[in-house]
Amino acid sequence: MVSMAGELNSAYLTAHVRREHRSRGAETFLLDVVLEVPPGITILFGPSGAGKSTLLDCIAGLLQPALGRICTGEIVLFDSGQEVNLPPQQRGVAYVFQTLALFPHLSVEENVSYGLADLPEAARNARTAEILQMFRVDKLARQKPGEISGGERQRVALARSLVTLPRVLLLDEPLTGLDAELKASIVDDLRAWNSAHKIPILYVTHSRDEVDALGERVIALDHGRVVSEGTPREVLDAPRRKRLAQSAGFENVLNGTVLDLREADGVMRVRLADDGCEIEVPLGHATPGDRVHIAVRAGDILLATERPEGLSARNVLEGTIESLERRGTLVVSRVDCGVAFTVHVTPGAERTLELAAGKKVWLVLKTHSCHFVED
Amino acid sequence: MNIEALLLSIRLALCVSAILFVVGMPLAYWLAYSRWRGKFLLEAIVALPLVLPPTVLGFYMLMAMGPRGPLGKLWESMFGRGLAFTFTGLVIASVLYSLPFAVQPLVASFETVDRKLLDASAVLGAGRLRTFRRVILPLSVPGILTALVLSFAHTLGEFGVVLMVGGNLAGVTRTVSIDIYDRVQSLEYGDASRTALLLLIISFVVLSVVYGVNRRAGRRVWSAWPAN
Repeated sequence: MVSMAGELNSAYLTAHVRREHRSRGAETFLLDVVLEVPPGITILFGPSGAGKSTLLDCIAGLLQPALGRICTGEIVLFDSGQEVNLPPQQRGVAYVFQTLALFPHLSVEENVSYGLADLPEAARNARTAEILQMFRVDKLARQKPGEISGGERQRVALARSLVTLPRVLLLDEPLTGLDAELKASIVDDLRAWNSAHKIPILYVTHSRDEVDALGERVIALDHGRVVSEGTPREVLDAPRRKRLAQSAGFENVLNGTVLDLREADGVMRVRLADDGCEIEVPLGHATPGDRVHIAVRAGDILLATERPEGLSARNVLEGTIESLERRGTLVVSRVDCGVAFTVHVTPGAERTLELAAGKKVWLVLKTHSCHFVED
Repeated sequence: MNIEALLLSIRLALCVSAILFVVGMPLAYWLAYSRWRGKFLLEAIVALPLVLPPTVLGFYMLMAMGPRGPLGKLWESMFGRGLAFTFTGLVIASVLYSLPFAVQPLVASFETVDRKLLDASAVLGAGRLRTFRRVILPLSVPGILTALVLSFAHTLGEFGVVLMVGGNLAGVTRTVSIDIYDRVQSLEYGDASRTALLLLIISFVVLSVVYGVNRRAGRRVWSAWPAN
């Protein structure tokens, strides 16, 4: 759809979508989301099966919400109350799928000009050439998608979507499988394009690294609901839900029972497992006796071979190493302290501390590295 | 060897393939993409000629096309002549008889087109017709070719339906398979065997072309898909 982006700059995407969500597993839940996406990149983050793709399909018009309203600026794309439901062809919403869905029988050039069918040939060719150059794939114009690399295909898919001057861009994990450098260079080109056009871009990912790297506003979705919103740090560091905590890179999500609250100190004591160790965590909305989850990153735990003294950290747990596993430049260690912890150490530390399975160790957890998580 | 019968058969097969190409395409599109619950009924009807004895199909067609049949009466009122034992009647019956041979390969190849490509096309502003013309059709070339050739070859070899609907009028409805049957009945084995051999060769060549093209086109189409 060729839209008039010029006059519609800086229009927000607002969406209220309610629809039953059926994932491939048995679980069916209600997707019920209210979103406001300003111009620029907003990340939609959440575990697989959280309803992210369903939400995008609703915004693009490929699925119909049971209830809701979707607008870009003043333009109503969908409104269940007024029975407005523009077909995908008329929404001016560009959508890059995870599989990219480039037309395999068309050349790069033909793929990119596909959405410009309404333009006269000269204008179509000019626009196509311009965007191919902008996304650095002009040399590949006559190649087929099967003949170019993964990163190039992703560039072509972006160019194909943006050449139509959409009002909104939806990206469904478009850069999976690329190395960080390539990813960054593509995102830079996307930002360069958007600095001129200023449209809302909704970027879906389940990868914590991508959220960190893009560093924009994040909306976290889990189980069909928005569970938190804010900067990457705010959203990733304080996961309010267990599933999200796991996907956000908290290797340790532990069950516990609140023992007591020490409001003057801003902490509460939690017993892990039924008879496990006690730890101190920041004060949360809980009362003694509540069952809670505590999330701790494997990289936030210190490991010592002697009982540490004179530390500010309040949580020192005694345990035994169960296993050590080398993963690239990381050693993943499983430590049994009554409950099992996953701890990341460096190969250097493994050598100097002579870590081995069966060795007695102490784990040190800063109070503020222990995050209180809702169910 | 009866060249007249052979040419008649080829003419019939060409007409039938052409009509099936036009009729089969929208029917196959609907069968491939409709979400209607009762779709299986139509699928069963389209497949009927595969399992029905040609004489049964021919019998019903004859009844329908006869001077008192609904189709025959309608035709008579429109064109002033009957349908049974005419070339046109033969074409109509053959179209029904060969319908699954055209529709099924088309449905199969439409269904293998990645749905995400159709979504992508819609999001890029293309309506159904343009999506069909620019995405589905080019990606279904091997299936379309198969449909055309199978309906041609199947019509070329039909016997039972022709016998029931067309009878045996030289130059009008005596197709090559009927001619062979005639020769055998009158013990002209030499003639019969020459015609039979020719039919065998034509069928073999036609099928070889389909399979050959399908293979090459298949490789070309599939290699163009992204690896993931």
